[in-house]
Amino acid sequence: MTEPSAAKANDHHLLLSYYKKMLELRLFELKVQELYRNARLPGFVHLYVGEEAVAVGVCMNLESKDLVFSTHRGHGHALAKGVPADVVLAELWGKATGSSGGRGGSMHMYAPEWGFMGTNGIVGAPIPLATGGALSAKLRQNGQVVVSFFGEGAVNSGSFHEAVNMGTVWDLPVVYVCENNLYATEMAFSRATKNTSVARRAESYGLPGVEVDGQDVLGVHRVAKAGIERARAGDGPTLIECKTYRYVGHHEGDPGTDYRTRDEVQYWKEQDPVKRARKLLFESEVADESELQSVDQEVERLIDQAVEFAEKSPEPSPDSVNEHVF
Amino acid sequence: MSEQSRVITYTDAGVEALREEMRRDESIVYIGQGIGPRGGNFRQTRGLWKEFGDHRLRDTGICELGATGVAIGAAMAGTRTIVDEVFLDFALEAITQIIQQAANISYMSNGKIKAPVLIRGAMGAVRNAGAHHSHTFYNWFANTPGLKVVLPATPYDVKGLFKTALREPGPVVFIEHKSLYNTKGVVPEEEYLIPFGDAHTVREGKDLTIIAMSRMVDLATKAADVLAQQGISAEVIDPRSIVPLDRGKITESIKRTGRLMVIDESPSNCSFAAELLAIAVEDCFDAMIVTPKRICSLPVPNPFSPVLENQMIPSVDRIVSEVHLMMNK
Repeated sequence: MTEPSAAKANDHHLLLSYYKKMLELRLFELKVQELYRNARLPGFVHLYVGEEAVAVGVCMNLESKDLVFSTHRGHGHALAKGVPADVVLAELWGKATGSSGGRGGSMHMYAPEWGFMGTNGIVGAPIPLATGGALSAKLRQNGQVVVSFFGEGAVNSGSFHEAVNMGTVWDLPVVYVCENNLYATEMAFSRATKNTSVARRAESYGLPGVEVDGQDVLGVHRVAKAGIERARAGDGPTLIECKTYRYVGHHEGDPGTDYRTRDEVQYWKEQDPVKRARKLLFESEVADESELQSVDQEVERLIDQAVEFAEKSPEPSPDSVNEHVF
Repeated sequence: MSEQSRVITYTDAGVEALREEMRRDESIVYIGQGIGPRGGNFRQTRGLWKEFGDHRLRDTGICELGATGVAIGAAMAGTRTIVDEVFLDFALEAITQIIQQAANISYMSNGKIKAPVLIRGAMGAVRNAGAHHSHTFYNWFANTPGLKVVLPATPYDVKGLFKTALREPGPVVFIEHKSLYNTKGVVPEEEYLIPFGDAHTVREGKDLTIIAMSRMVDLATKAADVLAQQGISAEVIDPRSIVPLDRGKITESIKRTGRLMVIDESPSNCSFAAELLAIAVEDCFDAMIVTPKRICSLPVPNPFSPVLENQMIPSVDRIVSEVHLMMNK
């Protein structure tokens, strides 16, 4: 065994916490998939399976006061920002103890007490909202940084164009994080645009654009950290493109096989961010198999407890239906 | 000149309300096109940039979708904002942000996130602006839970309603009428607020109730003057805010007069006039002497030709003749 350098040790320590968080996101979504397939959960869900390194690599750099504006595929962002799994799951179950008291569900869950400013049912719409959050932060001089998550499907929308342009011209403290999972529902990015580099679009707005392997949590961590620091210093936004992939269909119920080959899905599964992190932890001797197993068990318990909490939680009172409209 | 008799324009009443509120609440930020040094396309922010500067009067490019989303997002994060669509027609570029995000946010978040954003736009026919600059679709907003919708008809109401709107916890759609901007009226210099949901009885009467909004209030009042000379006593009521609506004052009047005429600049199909007639049927049916009637714009896009546009929009003459038909039933 070689003595690791202090920086490396620090990275590896970070990696252990990143691994644990990514596993939480993964097991949470697989549990949601199971519950949904068994008709336990109402509504629609878009699962984050395969993209965990992005949410975790970005959000673990944030402070609790910072804000995240998320997407329709947002459970992972909520968990990574610190919203407890039981609160997220209770919302997916439509329970009174959920983050929105059951009024929101998967695509409309808000937890401002953890700086989580919402998933969103409308592709592109959160990008202007996040930019507005950053305007508020700048005007109030409260030191907040805002992260705007969106998929590559959003970058061909006017919302992306208008918001990134405004965020840049006003030097707002926002980091635009594109999760490029190659498909907008079923539409391949290469069929939707000639310029398939999201990062390169940054140049046309006048902000830095960076591309990163979205399955490498430490890689995401490094570019996100730089973008967040730049924003916090008042130097304006950064556009980060994370190359990633969802193993599942667009929404639960879509097999995702009509527009993607098995080989492609298999290729991406071989880059799995959770397995990669686990392997690196083992190889770098930060944690041995028994330590990793105990981390795994801890996360499994957390998910089990979330299920128990959500399942046993009360439904909202029917009489409360008119509350909170205004 | 005493304070009570000071006369200013509808435009300046808005500027005064903004100035007072922006002084009172330093968190208010105003976002829109040409609202900075230019002072607004309609002079609706004249002089404010000099006092409050670039930070609080934020000119944008032509990007209603982005600007409106930014204003809503800033409001969600705790900064009270005004977004000026300039022409209400242009709010259509941003309608998804207004309806899907601003209107829903309080409910979707279980009341944890509020969006104190004022969405400002000027509507209606003026000087033959044609189909793209003349819409009056306030009824669309009124059909969306979570939005309050305000339609000031006088300089006095502009100031009082604007100040209330800038203290609301959530989104308000504040719709002025372009052809009213140069109208004048008495506006007190001292502070006053007009609560939402408080209809204004513009003129008392006993034979019929005329309900009108925005510019149509002036037409209804002029028609009532003509009718008075002909021995018909018309009560004119302006709801001022259509969400929330002062249902009590409106139904009390209808029950008392037994007759209802609604004047609405929008076309009649699924209009706010239709809502008022429905309310009359639901709440006042037994007291009504005749079938209620609505006078709306004809269901055509606003024509450019002055002759055609005049034909499209309700007029004093049309109101007077329809009232005669109603009274003779």
